Amino acid sequence: MPKHDTPLLDQLESGPWPSFVSDLKRQAEQNPQCWDILGQLELSYVDKITHWKHGGIVGVFGYGGGIVGRYSDVPKQFPGVAHFHTVRVNQPSSKFYNTKVLRQICEIWERRGSGMTNMHGSTGDMVLLGTFTEQLEEIFYELTHDVGVDLGGSGGNLRTPSCCLGKARCEWACYDTAAACHHITNAYQDELHRPAFPYKFKTKFSGCPNDCVAAIARSDLSVIGNWRDNIRINQAEVKGYLKGDYAPSGGAFSGRDWGKFDIQKEVIALCPTGCMWMEGDVLKIDDAECTHCMHCINVMPRALRPGVVTGATILMGAKAPILDGAQMSTLVVPFIKMDMENEFAEYKAIIEKAWDWWMEEGKNRERIGETAQRVGLPAFLKVMEVEPIPQHVKEPRSNPYVFWKDEEVEGGFERSLAEFRKKHPM
Amino acid sequence: MGYDPANPMKDRITDIGPPHYAQFYPQVIKDNHGKWLYHEILKPGVLKHVSESGAECYTVRCASARLISISLIRDMCDIADKHCDGVLRFTTRNNVEFMVDSAAKLQPLVDACNAHGMLPIGGTGASVSNPVHTQGWVHCHTPATDASGVVKAVMDELFEYFTSMKLPAKVRVALACCLNMCGAVHCSDIAILGVHRKPPLIDNDTISAVCELPLAVAACPLGAIKPAKGINSAGEEVKSVAINNDRCMFCGNCYTMCPSLPLADAEGDGIAILVGGKISNARSMPKFSKMVIPFLPNTPPRWPETVAAVKNILEVYAKDARKYERVGEWAERIGWEKFFEKCNIPFSDKCIDDYRLAYTTWRTSTQFKFTSHIK
Repeated sequence: MPKHDTPLLDQLESGPWPSFVSDLKRQAEQNPQCWDILGQLELSYVDKITHWKHGGIVGVFGYGGGIVGRYSDVPKQFPGVAHFHTVRVNQPSSKFYNTKVLRQICEIWERRGSGMTNMHGSTGDMVLLGTFTEQLEEIFYELTHDVGVDLGGSGGNLRTPSCCLGKARCEWACYDTAAACHHITNAYQDELHRPAFPYKFKTKFSGCPNDCVAAIARSDLSVIGNWRDNIRINQAEVKGYLKGDYAPSGGAFSGRDWGKFDIQKEVIALCPTGCMWMEGDVLKIDDAECTHCMHCINVMPRALRPGVVTGATILMGAKAPILDGAQMSTLVVPFIKMDMENEFAEYKAIIEKAWDWWMEEGKNRERIGETAQRVGLPAFLKVMEVEPIPQHVKEPRSNPYVFWKDEEVEGGFERSLAEFRKKHPM
Repeated sequence: MGYDPANPMKDRITDIGPPHYAQFYPQVIKDNHGKWLYHEILKPGVLKHVSESGAECYTVRCASARLISISLIRDMCDIADKHCDGVLRFTTRNNVEFMVDSAAKLQPLVDACNAHGMLPIGGTGASVSNPVHTQGWVHCHTPATDASGVVKAVMDELFEYFTSMKLPAKVRVALACCLNMCGAVHCSDIAILGVHRKPPLIDNDTISAVCELPLAVAACPLGAIKPAKGINSAGEEVKSVAINNDRCMFCGNCYTMCPSLPLADAEGDGIAILVGGKISNARSMPKFSKMVIPFLPNTPPRWPETVAAVKNILEVYAKDARKYERVGEWAERIGWEKFFEKCNIPFSDKCIDDYRLAYTTWRTSTQFKFTSHIK
C-alpha cells in the first residue's frame, strides 16, 4: 500500500519514456523507504522547492570523500529519508559489467540502502542513492571485502576518472582508453580518496576527436585520441559508397530520405579545411592540411580509418560556469603516446606537473582552468614546460599589451635618467 | 566477520579502485579488442560492429531513466543472463546496452527488451538520445528545478525522435537543475537549466555559527556580497553579510558555501533554455550552448511550457537544417536573428551578455539580416 498520496507524481507514470515514478513505486514494495522518497518529492512538486537540508558531512574512516551526505528538512513527515546519503561507487572503465557483480551490489543495497540508484552519475560513478549514516561503514566493508570494489571521489580531490568504450567496441579508438582510465585511477588512489587539492580535479579519456565521454567540456585534464600520420583510405570501399552499396554514417540518417549519397556535398564540401578532392572515382586527401575532425571518417566508416601513428592530444582547464564562466579545455600538448607499456608515463608527467603547481598556486576553490586564466596561458605553458606553438591559440592576440621580462630586452630594465637626459633634455 | 565499530581500522581495505574492466568484456569483445573494422546501424537502437577477423558484435541500446531501482537492474541482469552470457554495459548518456555475437541471437534479445516495457530501444544515429541530467528535488539542496520529472515530461513528448533517425544530426538534450551545471548543459544542442530570479535571504540567527563568512564573500562572481553587521531575531548585532541586490544575478553560489543564504522560491525559480552547444570536433570546433529563453516557470508535474519550447526548437531545426548540421552549426549559418525569427522566440535584453568578456558576443559588423525584429 502506498504510504503517501502522490497525485502529481502519478501523472509521470503515463507516457512511453521509462517512468522513474513507476520504478520507485515498484521498489517501495521491497524497500518501504522509497515511499518516503516519493512522499518528499511530491511535497517538492507542490511547494516547488527542494526539501533537502544544506550540505551534510559523512564518510568512512580513512577517506575524505566518496559519500555525499544529505538530510531531509521534513524528517518527521518522511522518516525513511531523514538521512538520505549517496554512496559513489567507482565504476569499471567503460561501464561493462557482468551480472554477478551487479547482483552482488544490488543485494548489499537492498539490505542497507533504499534500493534506488543512479546508473550512472555524470562523472561516471555508480551512485547508490539514499542510506543512513550507520550503514556507511557496513556498506563500505561489504563493497571492499565481498565485491572488490572501491568508492569513487568527492570533494577537493581527483574525482573518479572515466572514459569512452575505446578499443572494446569502436574502430576509431586511437589508444586504449579503458586501460588508461583504469591504470590512472589506480595510480592516483590516494589523490582520489583523500582531498589534498584547492578544488576538484577531473580527467577523462576519449579515444578520438568525436569525444564520446565529453572530455573537452567536462574534465580539467582532457585526453583525446588522435593520429599524426595519414587517414587510411580503402578506395574499393569508397567506390562502394559512390555506388550506393553502403549508407553514409553507417545508416545514422536512414529515418529520412536525404537523396542519393553525394560525396562532393556530404564529405568534400563539409571538410573544414577543404583538403579533400576526387580524381575520377579515387578519393584524395592532403593529410598535411587535415585537422582530424573525424567528419569524413564518421560518414564513410568502411572506407576511411584514422592513421596508425596514434596517441592523444592533451587539453586542460574545462569547467562549468562557477566562478569565472564556463571553459572548454584548451590545447596544451598536441600529441603524446598513450602506452600501457610505459604505464602512461607521458600522461603522468603532465598531470603531476600540473598538480605540483596548482596545489601551491591555486586559490581556495579555484579550478585549474581558472588558475591558468589568472596567470595567463604563457605562464601556464611555462609551468607545464611546453614550448609555445601556434597550435596553442585560435588566433594571436590583437591587443598590444605584451609583457616582456627584464632579461629578454637588450640592456635590461635598469636605466639611468641622467644618461637619457643627455640626449633628451626637458 | 563484518565491520567492527569497536575496531574501525581492523581489516579495513582501502585504495583498491574499481574492478578490472576486462573481466566484464563479452567474449567477442575480448577476442576482437582493438581489431574493429567498421560499424553499421541496422535500425534505430541496433548497432553491428565488424572485426578484421570477420567476427560480429550486435548491440541493442535501450533508454533508462538513470534514476533506477535495483529491481530494474535485476531485470536487466535477467535479460543479460538469458541472451548475452551475463554481460551488459551502460553508455556515457546512461542508456543500457546489451550485446550478442551473432545475428541469430539478435531478434530474441530485441523481443526481450520490447517485452519488458521499461526498455525502449533507440538512441542511435540522428536521434535524440537520453538526456544527461542531474539530481533535482530527488537529492540535491541547491536546485532551482527538478531533473527526473522534467526529463520524463520532455522525453515523453520527444519519444518518436528517440526511436527513429530522421533528424539532420544527433541532438543532445541535457538538463541541470542549477547553474553549477553538473553534466553537459553548457555544451549540448538543447539544454534545460534551472535558474533563480530572487536574491538570497539572510538568516542572521544562524549565519555567524554555520558560515565561514569570507568564503561566502569570495563565492560571488559579481562582488555583490560584503561583510556587514546584521540583526538577529533576538535584536542582537551579529557578524553577517550584506547583499547588493542590484549586483546579484541569483547564481546561488553563496548558498553553496553558506547554509544561511537560501534563495529557492516557488515563483522566482524556473527554467532557462540554451541551444547550440557541441562536444565533438567534427566539422566545427566544440561550442558552448547559448541562452535563447531566459525564463520559463516551474510547472510540475509536466512542465508544459518547457516541453513545448524544446519541441518547437527541435522541430524548426529538423525542418530547416542541412544534413549533418548540428543545432549550433545551423544557428550560426543562418544567423542568430534568423534562429529567433524561425523559432518564433521573443528576444529580450536578458539574452545579451553583460558579464566580463561580453563585448566579444556583440555584433561589431554591418552584416545582419533584416528580420521581423527590425520595425
